[in-house]
Amino acid sequence: MANLEAPRKGFADALIRLGEKHENLVVLDADCAKSNMTNLYKDRFPDRFFNIGISECDLVGTAAGMAVAGKVPFANAYANFLTGRAFDQMRISVCYSNNNVKIVGHNAGTSAAQEGATHLPLEDISLMRTLPRMTVIVPADAVEMEKAVEAAYYHEGPIYLRVGKLPVPIVTKKEEPFKIGKAIKYREGADITIISTGIMLDESLKAVGELEKQGVSAELLHIHTIKPIDKEAIIASAAKTKHVITVEEHSIIGGLGSAVAEVLSENQPAKLRRIGTNDRFGVSGKMDELLDLFELRSHRIVSTANELLGHRVTS
Amino acid sequence: MDFSKEKSDFYNNLTKKIRRHIVKMTNHAGSGHPGGSLSATELMSVLFFEHMNVDPNNPDWEDRDCFFLSKGHCTPVFYSVLAEKGFFPVEELMTFRDVDGRLHGHPCGEHIPGVDISSGSLGQGLSVANGVGLIAKLDGRDRRSYCMIGDGELQEGQVWEAAMTAAHYNLDNVCAIIDWNKIQLDDFVENVKGVKNLGDKFRAFGWHVVEIDGHDINAVNEAYKEAKRTKGRPTAILAHTVKGKGVSFMEDTHDWHGMAPNDEQLETALKELA
Repeated sequence: MANLEAPRKGFADALIRLGEKHENLVVLDADCAKSNMTNLYKDRFPDRFFNIGISECDLVGTAAGMAVAGKVPFANAYANFLTGRAFDQMRISVCYSNNNVKIVGHNAGTSAAQEGATHLPLEDISLMRTLPRMTVIVPADAVEMEKAVEAAYYHEGPIYLRVGKLPVPIVTKKEEPFKIGKAIKYREGADITIISTGIMLDESLKAVGELEKQGVSAELLHIHTIKPIDKEAIIASAAKTKHVITVEEHSIIGGLGSAVAEVLSENQPAKLRRIGTNDRFGVSGKMDELLDLFELRSHRIVSTANELLGHRVTS
Repeated sequence: MDFSKEKSDFYNNLTKKIRRHIVKMTNHAGSGHPGGSLSATELMSVLFFEHMNVDPNNPDWEDRDCFFLSKGHCTPVFYSVLAEKGFFPVEELMTFRDVDGRLHGHPCGEHIPGVDISSGSLGQGLSVANGVGLIAKLDGRDRRSYCMIGDGELQEGQVWEAAMTAAHYNLDNVCAIIDWNKIQLDDFVENVKGVKNLGDKFRAFGWHVVEIDGHDINAVNEAYKEAKRTKGRPTAILAHTVKGKGVSFMEDTHDWHGMAPNDEQLETALKELA
């Protein structure tokens, strides 16, 4: 059994470590500090933590003001309410003003689980991707999350960071380099390219192994930065394999799948299938049940790969 | 205490000059918002020339006071005051809304010296002002944060979220200036969605309230002084003003909320503002 850890734990650990070194790091939350684990930062640096209450628009605006005053604010709230409700504040007070604010969307994807559709962020990446100047980072696990938080702090400009709540397998390694905008190639392959983001790296790795057993050589690209996306890596891989599958714990409309489709159609046309949630809302369920319900599983990646390659599918 | 004769003359001249800029700029662009700019002229002039600790030669000076124009459409008065204060050349005002200029219809925080944040989507400014106020307290800096809000703008819920934040954190370095000109784009505020009992509203949210005639430069000056003296809570200056003030045909009508004078109207306005 793989080692499990909650991405939010990696987030909190990294935030505190950065806080030790950098006095200009301030943290805001919208009454979700316990859930988002920003309470750990609050315990360590009470002066540099601000609970703005249940008011996401005010939270983002206040963070923008703190950036005007020279700080590096991390503004935390549940991803849906942050990206949906405070979209306009991010657009004007953060991105258009080019303020150095880090937006942290918690409870990401299926990790909102039994809270149901209102709390399941399946559209946040799409929203954040349309904002000029916004960098969008979706780490795979707690280990990569720590690196992403660090990179976000040192990056000058607005960032959206997507953080999951519930434990997921650790699949990345501490020593792997992390560079904003740079894809990581997990497997070399010749027949098909699988592009994953966020926690879907785990299922994608499993799918690659299964495909190998079936005699299919799959290349696996992990895209932790959805914007700016690593065009070169996508183009090079698609030129080689001519077949691409994207996998995300998010709607197929506007997220990773759309971003890859844009790159391919303009540069290197290839057969493409997008795996993610369809044009639908979520439901209440345990995270595992939701991943099953949405078919965000390795077997679907495998069957989609075979279908795309024109193989006869045996079940 | 009232201004000296010399000071009064200075402000009479300055506010007339700024009003002339406002009508000329909007005429030049063929668009823009003269009504709410003319109503805010005294409030902005006395703030920038009497109270704000800013350095036009070093606009990003880290101990500066900050001003946020939450009613972002009133750039004609904001840009005019900034130019007269020396943040950029007065001649540049006549590039207002030009495609190759930097004086966009609504303020762009990135490009214009003296503009600390972009605005134009209503309701956002007070939150930003609070951010500066909170950090000034954290860092122990003696700096103040001002935010001008329109009375129609108070219909935006975020203003009241921010009002709660400022009171909760005892931000006595934050000052909200309500340009209470009673008119918004479509109609009188009371006909669209009323903001009656404004003083009671702010007081109920934990603010100190000063209510003044926003065209009386002595009253405006005293209000800013009172805001500085008030400790432990933020201050809201509720300034009764006249939309379109100073240009007879623009006064007290929503027609001139967002319309530019043509050449003939400009000439009439300039005569009145001579």
